[in-house]
Amino acid sequence: MAALTLCLLGSPLLHAQDPIHLEATNSADRIRLAVANFKPQTGDANTGAYKQTFDTTLFSDLTSAGLFDVVSKDMLPQSTPGFPAEINLTQWSAAPSSAAMVAFGNLSTQGNHLVVSGFLDDTKNTQFPQVFAKQYNEEASEDNARQIAHRFADEIIFRLGGGVSGIAETKIYYVKILGPNKEIYEMDYDGANQHAITHLGTVSLSPRVSPDNSRIAFSTLGRDGFQLKMFSLLLNRPVNFNSAGGTNLSPAWSPSGQQLAFSSSRTGDPEIWISDPEGNIAHKITAFRGPDVSPTWNPKTGAQIAWISGRSGLPQLYIMDADGSGITRLTDGGYATSPSWSPNGQFITFAWDRKYGPGAPGGQDIYIMEIASKKWIQLTHDGGRCDFPSWSPDGRHIVYANSPDGKADHTRIMSMLADGTQKKALTGSGADMPNWSWK
Amino acid sequence: MISKQTLTWKSIVLSAAAFAAIAVTGCHKKSTLPPSSAMAPDTTMPAPTASISADPLAIDIGQSVVLNWRTTNATSVSIDGIGQVPINGTQTVSPANSTNFHLVAKGDGGVTEANVRVTVRVPEVPTAPVGNVSNDGPMGSEAAFHQNVQDIFFGYDSFDLSPEAKTSVSMAASYLTSHPAIKLLIGGYCDDRGSAEYNITLGENRANSAKTALVEAGVAPGRIRVVSYGKERQFCTDETDACWQQNRRAQFSLDR
Repeated sequence: MAALTLCLLGSPLLHAQDPIHLEATNSADRIRLAVANFKPQTGDANTGAYKQTFDTTLFSDLTSAGLFDVVSKDMLPQSTPGFPAEINLTQWSAAPSSAAMVAFGNLSTQGNHLVVSGFLDDTKNTQFPQVFAKQYNEEASEDNARQIAHRFADEIIFRLGGGVSGIAETKIYYVKILGPNKEIYEMDYDGANQHAITHLGTVSLSPRVSPDNSRIAFSTLGRDGFQLKMFSLLLNRPVNFNSAGGTNLSPAWSPSGQQLAFSSSRTGDPEIWISDPEGNIAHKITAFRGPDVSPTWNPKTGAQIAWISGRSGLPQLYIMDADGSGITRLTDGGYATSPSWSPNGQFITFAWDRKYGPGAPGGQDIYIMEIASKKWIQLTHDGGRCDFPSWSPDGRHIVYANSPDGKADHTRIMSMLADGTQKKALTGSGADMPNWSWK
Repeated sequence: MISKQTLTWKSIVLSAAAFAAIAVTGCHKKSTLPPSSAMAPDTTMPAPTASISADPLAIDIGQSVVLNWRTTNATSVSIDGIGQVPINGTQTVSPANSTNFHLVAKGDGGVTEANVRVTVRVPEVPTAPVGNVSNDGPMGSEAAFHQNVQDIFFGYDSFDLSPEAKTSVSMAASYLTSHPAIKLLIGGYCDDRGSAEYNITLGENRANSAKTALVEAGVAPGRIRVVSYGKERQFCTDETDACWQQNRRAQFSLDR
């Protein structure tokens, strides 16, 4: 759990540039975890392929969790234990694997079903080593082999990670660039299983999944400009959303799932509005000349909204109460966009170009700001243009869009730990505006 | 093992809180931030100033116009389409069509831009035979529309109408008033720097600035449809100042 220990340097004498310290646990503090290859039991010709998928996915999930010092597979003992009776724990706790915990188990296909038994053992507890045992039984398929690995990984993370649920079963919604058009897509948190949600043949932007994973709100370019749309993931079709003129875009779900904040120019100037999830009982909460856009709720309290406003010139990051009172500006200049509020309510991640303007040498990078102190740290450096950060539900990861050469159609989706380490691409070119599911 | 882990975590949280309270700098061991001096703007050198004017602002095709520019604190000055020029100067040009002369003044204190638009009047096309008019419908010809209702351009991150834009709008308003059948689509566009969502709202404000000016000049609001495209559907994708200026516009078209 110490993965993202916050070291707040509180001295007022410190310069605003070196403020908060989001520090990943260094390897000495992390639990040393060995992940054995699972033992194939019985079954048809596909068992080997399922086992390969399962082993790879499980190892990747536990490595990218940012919680464990996962033992390299080269250092594991030669044996492949499939059951608790088959494991010799001293082999695993001894050098070079030196594991404190071992995940192992077996996998078989029985008829049409894929059956996986997973175990987690504590090597130091010789008398009662078993931490837990789980059995999974699903229809046999590549995708289910991957999903079972995600569920087993999440169980291990939940048991060893201080009670915070893992994210291996979460989804990322994003915009796929298809020539002049853009459609809404979905993928697993690790970039696998990319597939289309919408087929509208126009430009769709800003997908935001509801807290219960039942609907996606987004905006679509039509005859009257960008309008909000709602897509039901349960019915697999668009459902009604009422708009009342002007341009409507950048939806944001309240954590209750009962309200939607968005930008609307129905009264002329783009302002932040709040409605119910059908677009009814809409009311305006900002009133100031200039663009107001990209709201995000405090997911911890549901009582505050951060958003982007151009009321004083270049776009800046602001927060306010959900009734529009208590407006506070957080950024001190530059060009700030695309806020996402951390699950614990303490931080906002956003994109910032601190030197924006004609001839200015600025780059657009991902930043985190601690709201209480307005202190910030920069998470991306010199990697090209970055935008649209979105926090994972465990608060340990951030997904974002990155274009290495700044060209819009070269944009891809990357993820990293919330301290800026372990950056990796989840998609190839042509993917933008990621949104991490709430669970 | 699990309880030990939890304890460790608690103690780390506690110690982090203690750090915050007594302002210990010891845990700041991995600063990857650049030194503050690199972040601060260079305030010792004054920013350049620049202005450019054209006389006359509108010509018939084949005539020439005198550009006149003045800068201060600039070390290098360029005008798009002309290239490097002296920091102060005049030049006679004879553009073949309406041109935005875009001046960039660079100095130690930063970069400043200035613009002037020269409108070139193309001779009226001979009136088409009556039989062809019906092809254009009640809205009139596309060519006549674009000749009289010209796109207007904006400064970066701005949705205020420049003096040239106001001239364009009043010309457009008189044409639209005399052609009451025309319905108009105003598209708001932004350059492709900046962020997609913000640019849609900025494009909306640009298109609405143009609409408001037309309505104030007597065009019925019901004749005007506004669509902001932001930075979607760009027709110029080069990463140049000229292209960015092209994209920062309110574009008028017939809403057939």
